[in-house]
Amino acid sequence: MKIHEYQGKELLKQFGMTVPRGIPCFSVDEAVKAAEELSKTLGTKVWVVKAQIHAGGRGKGGGVKVAKSLDEVRQYAGQILGMQLITHQTSATGQKVNRLLIEEGADIKKEYYLAVLTDRATQKVAIMASSEGGMDIEEVAHATPEKILKEFIDPLIGVTDHQALLLAQGIGVPAASQADAVAQIKALYTCYMETDASLAEINPLILEGSGKIKALDAKFNFDPNALFRHPEIVAYRDLDEEDPAEIEASKFDLAYISLDGNIGCLVNGAGLAMATMDTIKLFGAEPANFLDVGGGATTEKVTEAFKIMLKNPAVKGILVNIFGGIMKCDTIANGVVTAARETHLSVPLVVRMKGTNEDLGKQILKDSGLPIISADTMADAATKIVAALR
Amino acid sequence: MSILIDKNTKVITQGITGKTGQFHTEKCQEYANGKNCFVAGVNPKKAGESIFNIPIYASVKEAKSETGATVSVIYVPPAGAADAIWEACEADLDLAICITEGIPVRDMLMVRNKMKKKVAGGGKETLLLGPNCPGLITPDEIKIGIMPGHIHRKGRIGVVSRSGTLTYEAVAQLTEIGLGQSSAVGIGGDPINGLKHIDVMRMFNEDPETDAVIMIGEIGGPDEADAAMWCKANMKKPIVGFIAGVTAPAGKRMGHAGALISGGADTAEAKLAVMEDCGFKVTRNPSEMAKLLKAML
Repeated sequence: MKIHEYQGKELLKQFGMTVPRGIPCFSVDEAVKAAEELSKTLGTKVWVVKAQIHAGGRGKGGGVKVAKSLDEVRQYAGQILGMQLITHQTSATGQKVNRLLIEEGADIKKEYYLAVLTDRATQKVAIMASSEGGMDIEEVAHATPEKILKEFIDPLIGVTDHQALLLAQGIGVPAASQADAVAQIKALYTCYMETDASLAEINPLILEGSGKIKALDAKFNFDPNALFRHPEIVAYRDLDEEDPAEIEASKFDLAYISLDGNIGCLVNGAGLAMATMDTIKLFGAEPANFLDVGGGATTEKVTEAFKIMLKNPAVKGILVNIFGGIMKCDTIANGVVTAARETHLSVPLVVRMKGTNEDLGKQILKDSGLPIISADTMADAATKIVAALR
Repeated sequence: MSILIDKNTKVITQGITGKTGQFHTEKCQEYANGKNCFVAGVNPKKAGESIFNIPIYASVKEAKSETGATVSVIYVPPAGAADAIWEACEADLDLAICITEGIPVRDMLMVRNKMKKKVAGGGKETLLLGPNCPGLITPDEIKIGIMPGHIHRKGRIGVVSRSGTLTYEAVAQLTEIGLGQSSAVGIGGDPINGLKHIDVMRMFNEDPETDAVIMIGEIGGPDEADAAMWCKANMKKPIVGFIAGVTAPAGKRMGHAGALISGGADTAEAKLAVMEDCGFKVTRNPSEMAKLLKAML
C-alpha cells in the first residue's frame, strides 16, 4: 500500500526525522491560507506548492512549483489542483491531483539519496545511500553503480552508529553534519521497521545551508500482509489513487490487476495466472488483466470476477484456466455457467479445466447450451481465444 | 530415496485444530502411508485431546519427544505463523513446512535471522519450506501439504516451483505423458522464505532416484538466477526451466508478495536468459514443460 508524501512526512516526523514544515490542502483557498500560516509562524517568504499523487516524477511533470509570493501560491495551486498529472509512473492519461502540500522552501546546499528496503538475497534490511540525490535512482544505479552505497542490517540488532556513519561519510556528508545524518538514518530505519514498510525512500535528503540534514521528499510502500496491525497506516489509504476495478476485486478477495490487452483471464493461483497471461502473449494477443480467484473460489466469486473483467470495455474475449485441486472443476464449471448467464456474456469464452472432476466440469459446460469453447491445454486455450477474436 | 521426506517420515501438524489444518490433515492421512505418518498435532489449549485419531500435544517439543516426529507442517494463521516456525526450530526438528499465506514480511525476516543465529551459534539447523507454499510430496509414499494427491505418480522426475498451481500443472503434464515424480516441492511465493530453488536443486542432484528436473520460477528476486549459476557448475541432470511473468508489468505485485519486479535483473526474460546460458532447456510455453523434458531423457 502506498501513501502520499505529506503522510509520509508525518510518519518521519513521529520517528524523529527532520522534515520541512508543511500543510496539506484540498483547495486553492486552503493553499493560500496555509502559505499565510507558514509565513506568520515561521516567517516563510518562499513556499513550495507540491501535487500529492502516489506516482513519482511529479516535478518533471509540472506538479511541483516554487512560489515567491502569496499571489504565486494562489496561481500555482490553481494550476496544479485538478490537473491530470502525467509522469513516467502514471498511465498515459495521468493522475488527477486532488491534494496539495504547501511547504516552507528549503535552502538546499547538497542533495543525497537515502532508502530502506528488505533484501531478499541476504534476508537482511538494506539501507541504500547515494551522493547523487534528486535524480532517478535507477539511472544512477545503471550509469554509476559505485555511487550507490549499501549497508545490510541484521534486524535482530538494528542499525549501528558505525553503519550509519559509514553511509554518511561514504556519500560525502561534511564532518559537522555527520552526527545529524547518523541520527536521521537511524530514525528512518526505525520508522521502516515499526510501520512494517516494504520501502522507505527519501529523494532528496538534503544538506541545508545551516548544516542541517532534512528529508525533502518521502515515498513509502507498506507490506499488505501487515496492515492488520497498523490501523494508523490503513487510515492513510487514498482510494482516489487506486484502480476502481482493483478496489472492487479486493472486496471479494480476488487479486486483480488491470493490463493493456483485450483478453480477460480468470485463473486460480498467481503463478498459473501469470503463465496463462504469458501463453496468451506467446500466441499473439495481450492479456487485459491478471486475476487470481484463489484456492477457495465459489460461484459468487467467479460471477464477481466475470463482472469485474467485463467492466473493462477493451475486453473482447475471456479465457478461464483452472487447475482443480482442492477446488473441484465441477464447482468452477457451475460458477462459470452462472456467471456467463448473469452477465449476458457476449464475448467469446474459452475454458480450460484440469484436475479434480475435470470430466464432470466439462460436461456441465457442454450441457449448459452456452457457446463455451473447451480447451485441453493452456496453449490450446490461447490458440482458441486468439482465433475466436479474429 | 526421494528428497526430504519418505514413507517413514513422522509429522507433527501445527494448527491441526483450525479449519484449514483439519481439512488438509484428513486428506494427507488418506494419501499413501499418511495414516502412519501424521502422528501428532499441537494446540496448547487442547492438549490431551485427539483429532482423526491423532493425539494433540501442548507444544512441538512435547509432540516430538512423545512421538519421535522430525518434521512439522504449519497451518497456523498469519499473525502467529512466524512464532510457530520458531517453535519448530527450537524443538530441533529437521524440517518445518509452512503452508500459511499472508505472513508479514517483517515477521519472516525476524524468524529467519533467529534461525540463522541459532545455527551460527552451534545449534541444530531446522530447514524451512515456505511460507505460502503448497508443501511437498513423494508420490505413493507421503504427501505433506495442500496439493491434490491424485494427479501425482511415482517416478524419477523432480519438480520445484514457487507457485502451487503451476507445480500441479507440471506434475499433471508429467503424469499424462507417462513420467512420474520422485518428489514435487513448492517453495512458496513469499520474498523471505526458507529453502530456495538452489537448495532443492542440490538435493535433486544428489538423489539417486531423480533423473531430471523441472524448475519453475517467477518474476522478482535473484533466486532462480542463483540456482541456475549453481547448476551450471554442478548439476549432472537435465533441467527444463520456465519463468512465469513475461507479461507482468514492473512495480505491480502479481498476487504473490514475491512476484514483484524491483530492478531490471529480475524480469522473466532476464531470468530465462540466465537459465539458458547455464544449460537449462527453457521454454516460454508452459504447456510443453513435460514434453520437452521427455525429449531430453
